[in-house]
Amino acid sequence: MTISFLDYAPAPESRAILDLRETYGLFINGEFVDGRGTPFPSISPATEETITTVATADADDVDAAVQAARVAYTRTWSTMSGADRGKYLFRIARLVQERARELAVAESLDNGKPIKESRDIDIPLVAAWFFYYAGWADKLDHAGLGASPASLGVAAQVIPWNFPMLMLAWKIAPALAAGNTVVLKPAETTPLTALLFAEIVQQAGLPEGVVNIITGAGQTGELLVNHPDVDKVAFTGSTAVGRRIARSTAGTGKKLTLELGGKAANIVFDDAPIDQAIEGIVNGIFFNQGHVCCAGSRLLVQESIHDEVIDRLKDRLSTLRLGDPLDKNTDIGAINSAAQLARITELSAVGEDEGAERWSPECVLPEKGFWFAPTIFTNVSTSHRIAREEIFGPVLSVLTFRTPAEAVAKANNTPYGLSAGIWTDKGSRILAVADKLRAGVIWANTFNKLDPASPFGGYKESGYGREGGRHGLAAYLKPAGTSPALTAVAAQTTEAVAEPVAEPVTASAATTRTSATPSAKPRRTSKKATK
Amino acid sequence: MRRKKTIVTLTTALAPAERALNVLGTDLTEKGLRRYLNGIAGVDAVGLEQRAAALGTRSIKTTSKRWALDTIISLIDLTTLEGADTRGKVRSLAAKAITPDASDPDCGPVAAICVYGDMVPDAVAALGAHHGAPDRGKIAVAAVATAFPSGRASLPVKLSDTSDAVAAGADEIDMVIDRGAFLAGNYGRVFDEIVAVKETCRREDGTSAHLKVILETGELNTYDNVRRASWLAILAGGDFIKTSTGKVSPAATLPVTLLMLEVVRDWYKLTGQKIGVKPAGGIRSSKDAIKYLVTVAETAGEEWLQPHLFRFGASSLLNDVLMQRQKMTTGHYSGPDYVTID
Repeated sequence: MTISFLDYAPAPESRAILDLRETYGLFINGEFVDGRGTPFPSISPATEETITTVATADADDVDAAVQAARVAYTRTWSTMSGADRGKYLFRIARLVQERARELAVAESLDNGKPIKESRDIDIPLVAAWFFYYAGWADKLDHAGLGASPASLGVAAQVIPWNFPMLMLAWKIAPALAAGNTVVLKPAETTPLTALLFAEIVQQAGLPEGVVNIITGAGQTGELLVNHPDVDKVAFTGSTAVGRRIARSTAGTGKKLTLELGGKAANIVFDDAPIDQAIEGIVNGIFFNQGHVCCAGSRLLVQESIHDEVIDRLKDRLSTLRLGDPLDKNTDIGAINSAAQLARITELSAVGEDEGAERWSPECVLPEKGFWFAPTIFTNVSTSHRIAREEIFGPVLSVLTFRTPAEAVAKANNTPYGLSAGIWTDKGSRILAVADKLRAGVIWANTFNKLDPASPFGGYKESGYGREGGRHGLAAYLKPAGTSPALTAVAAQTTEAVAEPVAEPVTASAATTRTSATPSAKPRRTSKKATK
Repeated sequence: MRRKKTIVTLTTALAPAERALNVLGTDLTEKGLRRYLNGIAGVDAVGLEQRAAALGTRSIKTTSKRWALDTIISLIDLTTLEGADTRGKVRSLAAKAITPDASDPDCGPVAAICVYGDMVPDAVAALGAHHGAPDRGKIAVAAVATAFPSGRASLPVKLSDTSDAVAAGADEIDMVIDRGAFLAGNYGRVFDEIVAVKETCRREDGTSAHLKVILETGELNTYDNVRRASWLAILAGGDFIKTSTGKVSPAATLPVTLLMLEVVRDWYKLTGQKIGVKPAGGIRSSKDAIKYLVTVAETAGEEWLQPHLFRFGASSLLNDVLMQRQKMTTGHYSGPDYVTID
């Protein structure tokens, strides 16, 4: 037969739905303003074309954003009833759903991830996150922190490029539900959806200054987390940067949550449901090109089934389709940046040098853009760098074990501890092994499943604090009756003291603020006014 | 072990049980069979359904869609299995099978027509010169047998049901397994029956009618059972494994079909033999049928998309495919009055 059905005809998602501006400013105090730093282009990693130009926030801009958030916190958001805050969050969630297709296209364009993932996973989860925390906004008494827990104040949030909009939702939804205002900085390679989110914030009529979005590179982020008027720092990204943030915020009284790297073990026992385990391995490491902090990058497979698993895995990898992220049939998209591609390439070369056996399916890489074929390394030992370091790309290291005890020992033998997976048909083994794994999230017979009701976070160098679920609220609240956090600036102390007092009386405050329907038209504020 | 009664009496069933002997060796006993089937890795229902759903999101457009629609037609077993079936109804079905789209003579025929055993002579007569092997563009006659759909009859009755149909000219026999025996754990009994039916499919000239083994997955209920029954049917000599009779709900589902395709793929890896798969019942739209094609191509491989390795058991599917096909040709949707009823 000379059929080639599997060369599916192109099925590109249309970009016509996107109505992007040529340049984007900073979103401060409810409107877009020019940044004072040097603007930079945001490119599509699949084609290297410039999508739009984005402003850079300098120290004054960061100051303006934090100040806008502080004013919004003191005047509006912290005194508003939880029920009313919830209404805004529900409205945002619905707007995300309404604009889902547009957001998915923007995300795939800017990040390089396949449209089927942004369409079916990222954006639906974004909406789910806002819906979930919208429900919490008026139920904070039941968050496990006692009656009337208090919000923290201004949250500085810095997010990575792997799930740009989802990480935004993880950060903003609980912060707002708990009564904080935010200044968020998206990654410099993927600012697009955060800027579209700013439009959604305007559409939702959120009070000015409650959400501020500033763009820029690492330096902007540094200015933001080190700003003295910030009460809370939430960061997702690399362990190296996380360490620097921990150092710089130490002693300032800023509350800190860090969600950092990982080198998750995906443990496959010999009685695993084999076909689903193969899917789980593929989903564990090749989902989002492996740009996943909780990726199952270390496959620990029981020696007795090693050959069969590798054989099946290779067959399965041969059916993966790499290419245009906007094609609905693409399984593997583009690597997010040239820098990341260089790192993946370098670490893979190290793997080969150290004696591991490298394999990739035959696949043609597009000429333009940043691409890396799905790769597996067999004969990997625990002492190899590719078994230790986070590659953050579509590269799987395969190790073997003989007994459950050895599996646990090898799985735990890492400075990280974000996630792990267990594949076995035996329920009791799932419980016994999960109990011994030092990782924040453990999946059994599945992998990379995220849900707003489930807390997510790491052990050891994978960070601290939890996002998602009731636990995620604790990162943005302090228990009632506790002394307020020390802030670096003495002038803020009075405000901070006022918060816990203000919070319980929001019920009466809310009666004057009868509905959550604020003026839909964002007022124009000049840059000077926000300064 | 030697003293154990072998479940296959060598005189009557050696040839068809050859696969089982090759795989299980001399331990071809009820116990050995059970041990073998229970040793096959389990199925995680959530994971299986997710994989099927993911395959269902493939977007098949333009040239691929055109190819898919034509291929679906060539893989259909156009079916009528009613108590009310008459010679006239079967003739009408045969005419539709030969000329699916009266407005487009280029539209190829379906793979087979599927009828009850007593209608086989009428089906053969109605097809006339078009009767033959579907891989060569002809139309086969498939007959359901073995006390279809329940399978609740004695073995001699099931065998004579089969031999009647074969004698009347059926090219393919769609048998049902004894689900009661399977659920009671009598795998040997199910095995023996399939072996016996397979033997009955032989014609005097030494050729044999193709045997499709209907598992009735809706009654087996769990995916683990479906997987075991699939292996059992293949070991006993089935040429095809088929999901359902169409008389029990749920009939064919994408996850069940995916699971059976995985078994077929594994069997091919183990032995080099290609076994066919036939989802039947409940597949009514082109959109659904295309999901099945994708699942076949990405699981067993696209060489399975041929009439001797994959079939759709369906009746209303054909007209939906024809309407989609007309839409692709003319650029606009027609309607149910622009395709013929059978």
